[in-house]
Amino acid sequence: MKKKILIVDDEPNIIVPLEFLMKQNNYDVRTAQTGEKAMDLISSWKPDLILLDIMLPGMDGYEVCQKIRQEKKFNQTRIVFLSAMARSIDIAKGMGLAADDYITKPFATDYVVSKIKELLAENE
Amino acid sequence: MLEQKIIIFVSFGYMGLLFAIAFWGDKRAQAGKSIISNPYIYALSLAVYCTAWTFYGSVGAASRSGITGFLNIYLGPTLMMILGWPVLRKIIRISKVNRITSIADFIASRYGKSATIAGVVTIIAVLGIVPYMSVQIKAISTSFQLISQYPDVYMAKTTVVSLPATKDTAFFVAMLLALFAVIFGTRHLETTERHEGLVAAIAFESGVKLIAIISVGLFITYGLYSGFGDLFARASLVPQIKQLFVMEVNASTFTGWYNALFLAMVAIFLLPRQFQMIVVENVDENHLKKAVWLFPLYLLAINIFVIPIAFGGMLHFFEQCLSDPGCREILPETFDGILKFEKGQIDADYFALTLLMAEKQQGLALFAFIGGMSAATGMVIVETIALSTMVCNDLVMPVLLRLSFLRLEQKSDLTRLLLIIRRVSILLIVLLGYLYFHYVVGYYSLVSIGMISFAAVAQFCPAVIGGIFWKGATRSGALWGLVAGFFTWAYTLVLPSLAQAGFLSRDLLVRGPLGIELLSPLHLFGLDIHLLGFDQYTHAVFWSIFVNLALFIGVSLFSKQNETEQKQATLFVDVFTHSVESEKSSFWRATAAVVDLRTLLERFLGKSRTDDALEYYAREHHLNWEKDLIADAGLVSYAEKMLAGAIGSASALVMVRSVVEEEPLGMDEIMHILDESQQMIIYSRELEKATKDLEAANERLQELDRLKNEFISTVTHELRTPLTSVRALAEIVQKNPDLDAKKHHQFVGIIIKESERLSRLINDVLDFQKIESGQIQWQMTRLDFREVIEDSIFSTGQLIKEKNIDLILDISNQNYFVSGDKDRLIQVMVNLISNAVKFCDSEYGKIQVGMHIETIKTDNNVNHYLKVLVKDNGIGIGKDDQEIVFQEFRQVISGTKGRPAGTGIGLTITKHIIDSHGGRIWVDSDLDKGATFFFTLPLL
Repeated sequence: MKKKILIVDDEPNIIVPLEFLMKQNNYDVRTAQTGEKAMDLISSWKPDLILLDIMLPGMDGYEVCQKIRQEKKFNQTRIVFLSAMARSIDIAKGMGLAADDYITKPFATDYVVSKIKELLAENE
Repeated sequence: MLEQKIIIFVSFGYMGLLFAIAFWGDKRAQAGKSIISNPYIYALSLAVYCTAWTFYGSVGAASRSGITGFLNIYLGPTLMMILGWPVLRKIIRISKVNRITSIADFIASRYGKSATIAGVVTIIAVLGIVPYMSVQIKAISTSFQLISQYPDVYMAKTTVVSLPATKDTAFFVAMLLALFAVIFGTRHLETTERHEGLVAAIAFESGVKLIAIISVGLFITYGLYSGFGDLFARASLVPQIKQLFVMEVNASTFTGWYNALFLAMVAIFLLPRQFQMIVVENVDENHLKKAVWLFPLYLLAINIFVIPIAFGGMLHFFEQCLSDPGCREILPETFDGILKFEKGQIDADYFALTLLMAEKQQGLALFAFIGGMSAATGMVIVETIALSTMVCNDLVMPVLLRLSFLRLEQKSDLTRLLLIIRRVSILLIVLLGYLYFHYVVGYYSLVSIGMISFAAVAQFCPAVIGGIFWKGATRSGALWGLVAGFFTWAYTLVLPSLAQAGFLSRDLLVRGPLGIELLSPLHLFGLDIHLLGFDQYTHAVFWSIFVNLALFIGVSLFSKQNETEQKQATLFVDVFTHSVESEKSSFWRATAAVVDLRTLLERFLGKSRTDDALEYYAREHHLNWEKDLIADAGLVSYAEKMLAGAIGSASALVMVRSVVEEEPLGMDEIMHILDESQQMIIYSRELEKATKDLEAANERLQELDRLKNEFISTVTHELRTPLTSVRALAEIVQKNPDLDAKKHHQFVGIIIKESERLSRLINDVLDFQKIESGQIQWQMTRLDFREVIEDSIFSTGQLIKEKNIDLILDISNQNYFVSGDKDRLIQVMVNLISNAVKFCDSEYGKIQVGMHIETIKTDNNVNHYLKVLVKDNGIGIGKDDQEIVFQEFRQVISGTKGRPAGTGIGLTITKHIIDSHGGRIWVDSDLDKGATFFFTLPLL
């Protein structure tokens, strides 16, 4: 069964390459452009891993992460922040919310793919 | 027999001597060798305080009520000199700095050089002094009558009222006194109203009257009796005298005593002649230091023999009375000052003269007469000079100068006019004194008449003392206090004296006006004067000073000072801090042509005096009149002071203002003018404000710092986002050579678009940096704004289409010509449109772009503007945030949509561009109802 990856980002032009990469690596991909939409999909679709932007309109990435981590049923869900906010305090905040990783934009595509593979393999 | 010829000869001889001394004193002064410039002469000249009231009246008072009857009148000044000298020193300093010429000038000057106050003070002083003047006339004429009937000591019982003026000695005495005063005081016009010769003559007469009374005292004590012990021992045997030994303290004597003490304390510097001598004629402030003990010493000396003379007189004439059947019968148990014999009456006031006459001491009696006359003339001369200066400067001249038909403005020399006014006023004042004497004084003793005058000048006390210590005292307060105090004085003291003389119904005193007892002049508002032990004087002083003080303070607290008042208040209260630089003080910033000032001065001071004064000023300030044609503030204020010396400060101010163009005061000068306490308040407020400003600035800096950090993080974030797409897609394209054409095309297209976005972003940041440093180069051309709109819609067309937004253009076919930088204006429109696109409703986006002409009418202009609007139907902007959106780095973070994309400098740049084109930009919006951005540009 294909692993499910949710891409959350408000920039369509960032979703495009990420979606392409995930599909190329044989993952089941869905996308969301707002935090609220993401929460809906997480509850209904139950992704294995979430690529989560932080600066989102409405509910931001931190909040999404926090909400997921509050629910036990999602404790197997991997969360990777993918954000243009590159200051150490932003990273510390994200990791403090029990995310699995924090990748700053712009990123190397290989790195993101390998990181995702690594995290999902741990679940096996 | 002492022939009248001899008496008149001696009197005139004595006056001639005084005149010679005055003449000599003036000559010496002109030669620069002042004879009066020493503390001894100064102290002696202050003794002009001791008038016929002292010389004759004290003895009478002592006979009636012992030591309590007269001593307080001299204890008051003694206390004032010893304890109150700082007050006197301050008044002297203030007067020197401001070239004060009189008490009226002093008070008026303090309250903003108010002509009204000067006039009111003058009227109070003249009316108040009239009774006092009449006392002197009474004393001289009575003593003259007595001595000319030598050795007969009895006075006819006929009252003067029945005599026609032409047969009344007093009338001739009055006229002679006036003549002397004219000769002494108004020979020439001084610039400072200082009369060195006069002071010398007064000092001399002070010496004469002191020696005269001491001689009389010594003769009585040691000639008639063998010393004080003998005299007092004998006196104690007479019951009427013995009761005077005891200072009977009851409520009445107690309050009366303190009342008289108070009046005497203030009279010593508020009486016009005392102000003249202590303040105006003061040569050197340091002389006060010695006068502080010399003058009280003089007062002690002149009073030492009052009791012996009184007792001597009583012993002698009581004995006579007991041998006169008519007199013996009516001799009361308590002596009331008058002994009524068959042959006539004996007034205790003149014991000093009558006792000597009774003892056949012809020469000594003549000397005593000269002493008494000396005391009276000294008072009349100085008083009338002081009063005439006030009447002329503060009453007549201000009126004459305002009467345009007199054309005084054009007269080149007014010095003669000034002298004439003064001479006439001297005559009139003395005449008033005579009339009062003629009709009223007969009913009162010397002392009680004098008290009426003291009570009048005491009305100046609140305004003077308040004025030099309380900056808050205002012109209105002083005016109300003075006027109310004066009317109360007149009502409670003068009215009863006129009623006593029969001019008014005596019923008025008992039942009050119109039968309203509450308003009775003798116990106002039902104040039971006997219960409190108030006599008529205490009652009057209590009410008048109470009313005066209450209004002075009350009105001052509720009225505001104007600029001149504030300046004068500061000058007066802070005289010791300000006086050093006062000559240079430029509180009043003004300029005038030197020639105008010169003409003005010449009119009042005469040519030679003006030349001297200006030359002196030029020398002091190293100025050259030929070159410096414009007089600065220093010279203007110098001229004003010179003029104030001649015509008083209120009139001087008016005159100088007529030739001077006043400059608006700068902020710093206004700061100077404000009095210290206000300054302190302002300073502390400023300080507070500065602190707050600093705090605000600091906060703003911190805020800016925070915003800058946020800006940097926002900018980098915004840079990273397109960069992320570009890099990721480029990597994908590179690693997937077999990518299908469609995807390849899409990915490369995004790469290009995001690169463009990057450049835009970089341009924005650079633009912003240019705005910050003001380096924008504007390419201004005449352009049709329609083109701007068309171009900007063309460049945002793709964006609008992508988001499926309805664009409504509301533009007529008309041309709208403006002057502007086309690229920048396009940038404005693109900015506003892309903002609208960004915030538009995501499903049914709608943008309206409109343009029309608006006319704005101001008072005298009609301006046409181009008004452009860009309206969206998005989330809108809350009222609070409508200003913020134009500030740099500021983005409104919406509750539902979060932080918008963009750097937050687009609108800042937009606003700057519009501002630089002379336009205005604003936003009108309600939350969730869309936003409309408006801007205006001036039409060509």
